[in-house]
Amino acid sequence: MTALLNIQSLTVDRGPARILDRVTLEVGQGETVALVGESGAGKSTIATAIMRLLGEAQTSGQITLDGAGDLLALRERDMVGLRGRRLSMIFQDAGAALNPSYTVGRQLISAVRRNLGLDKTAARARAIELMTQVGINDPEARLTAYPHQLSGGMQQRVMVAIALAADPDLLLADEPTSALDVTIQAQIVRLILAQTKARGAACIFVLHDLALASQACDRIVVLYAGQVVESGPARDVLENARHPYTRQLKSCVLEIGTRDLIAPEGTVPSHRDMPRGCRFATRCPRVQDRCWAEAPPLEGGAHSFACWNPE
Amino acid sequence: MQNAERPVFELVDVEKVFQVRKPGQRFGRQTVGLHALDGVRLSVGQGASLALVGESGSGKSTLLRVLLGLDAPTNGQALYRGRAIREARAGGSDFARDVAMVYQDARGSLNPRMTIGALLAEPLRRFAVVPEAQIGARVEQLLTRVGLPADAAARYPAALSGGQVRRVAIARALASEPSVLVADEAVSGLDVSTQAQLLSLLRRLQQEMGLTLVFITHDLGVASYLCENIAIMYLGRIVETGPTDAVLAAPAHPYTAALRAAAPSFFQPIAEPLPGEIPSPLDLPAGCRFSGRCPRVQGDCHASDPYLARAGEGRSVACLHPLASPQASALAGTFQD
Repeated sequence: MTALLNIQSLTVDRGPARILDRVTLEVGQGETVALVGESGAGKSTIATAIMRLLGEAQTSGQITLDGAGDLLALRERDMVGLRGRRLSMIFQDAGAALNPSYTVGRQLISAVRRNLGLDKTAARARAIELMTQVGINDPEARLTAYPHQLSGGMQQRVMVAIALAADPDLLLADEPTSALDVTIQAQIVRLILAQTKARGAACIFVLHDLALASQACDRIVVLYAGQVVESGPARDVLENARHPYTRQLKSCVLEIGTRDLIAPEGTVPSHRDMPRGCRFATRCPRVQDRCWAEAPPLEGGAHSFACWNPE
Repeated sequence: MQNAERPVFELVDVEKVFQVRKPGQRFGRQTVGLHALDGVRLSVGQGASLALVGESGSGKSTLLRVLLGLDAPTNGQALYRGRAIREARAGGSDFARDVAMVYQDARGSLNPRMTIGALLAEPLRRFAVVPEAQIGARVEQLLTRVGLPADAAARYPAALSGGQVRRVAIARALASEPSVLVADEAVSGLDVSTQAQLLSLLRRLQQEMGLTLVFITHDLGVASYLCENIAIMYLGRIVETGPTDAVLAAPAHPYTAALRAAAPSFFQPIAEPLPGEIPSPLDLPAGCRFSGRCPRVQGDCHASDPYLARAGEGRSVACLHPLASPQASALAGTFQD
């Protein structure tokens, strides 16, 4: 199986801060991959870099999309042609992503027309079909609604419809459910999984919830302070974690009936005083002298990790 | 403390109705009543810990405002140690000193122009907790208690991280030496490691100081870690209440069961979610409010509105056909009875 997306040594600098450091990751056709980690880990930065929407940041490395070459080397007009057609993105706050002054119908139909080149009537029919697919009842009436007239869950459904309008190869979902109530969250995650599967599309979920990642994704990539620390099949990463950070992150997850919580000490180091060696060294229970001096490389096959003293 | 034998909070059939403009009309003056709380019964004893769980629109925040005396109930009684809450609040600073609040938006609750030291000294002076000369030492003590370095006193809220700001909010709430702590989503929106740190802090404080805790959360994991009792709310009603472990181990209300199933759990298939969304409180379904989304709905659910009735050891449920507890259905009544 050739990889749909292959990221090699992606580094992003914003001023003096290195917000992504030599990130390497691969997404197969139709695969669902979770990027997990805490704030500042670089999860959203990876998704934004794939869409090439990072703006002023300095970027190096390669992001190769099958059939399109290195996205970082493309001209902007070629990139515009990929966005919405082969790559789509949905965001945490659907209410902010939708334009408040236009009806959802107008926004959905314009996405369909732009990305599929349909005429007005055909685009409207396709829009209604999409709204039905994402579980919006009475789609014809909802086309004339403004975003504020819809609930958060409905807004996110509209976003999914817009993102999937042109049957993209890869959907980037940046915390698509963290602003929603739990019963609605389950609806949206199931919807995204079902719709991407029906289209054979791959999906990168940016998540902070490890348990949800294990439920929704084939593979999990754990990030810490801008680096990939562990990556592999969901079960291997979570049940046989080799990196101390992955273990720590998992131990913080509260499930129903959790009695003892081992709260880790300290916080993520700031970009001003990032350790020279392993970035996790300041909080690691297994830290050794070597960790302070040298950054560990990400090594291993399907299940890889970056640690000098793995569990 | 007077009336120590009375529950700290007791709500008897509390209703809160807000008058809102009639839907669909933009300029008219006609209003309709929106029942944000409807027939809420609740009792919180000294030293108890209660989690209020529900989704948006369930009435959690309104209930909190009633508990704090910020809103008077439209009907029913809201009591604090046997006295009406509004009266207790108006009658001097004892209530404000005894019942402390941690707000959801911790950063917004702290004046950005005051240092952490000044923010913590304010309640100490307001309630004359310690003599002026000891304020500095007490501020230091409070910071240590919530796990912040003493030099944080000289800093401004903007210089602190999200987790640290929450710790300051907790320290400030504890400054007046309250016996009751009311917290609104005090750990939501934080990274899991920060959340874990704060939760263990809260549990430690609760045990050390014997605090009564009312904790609003949408996270059942948080509720089960921190609180002995739980009350599940749906559309202004408490639909199920009881000991957290028992309720979550075997929910009696189908809504509780759905919430439990929707909570992410490692490697479990994502549960079949509830259909639809919470209806508008202005357009309540006839009969049981949950009937439109309930997987166990039966004919009589559309006709009669169940109230909270006893269902076993310390538990109550408002359902005509509760799960796995046959004795409950015999006891359950309806408002039409």
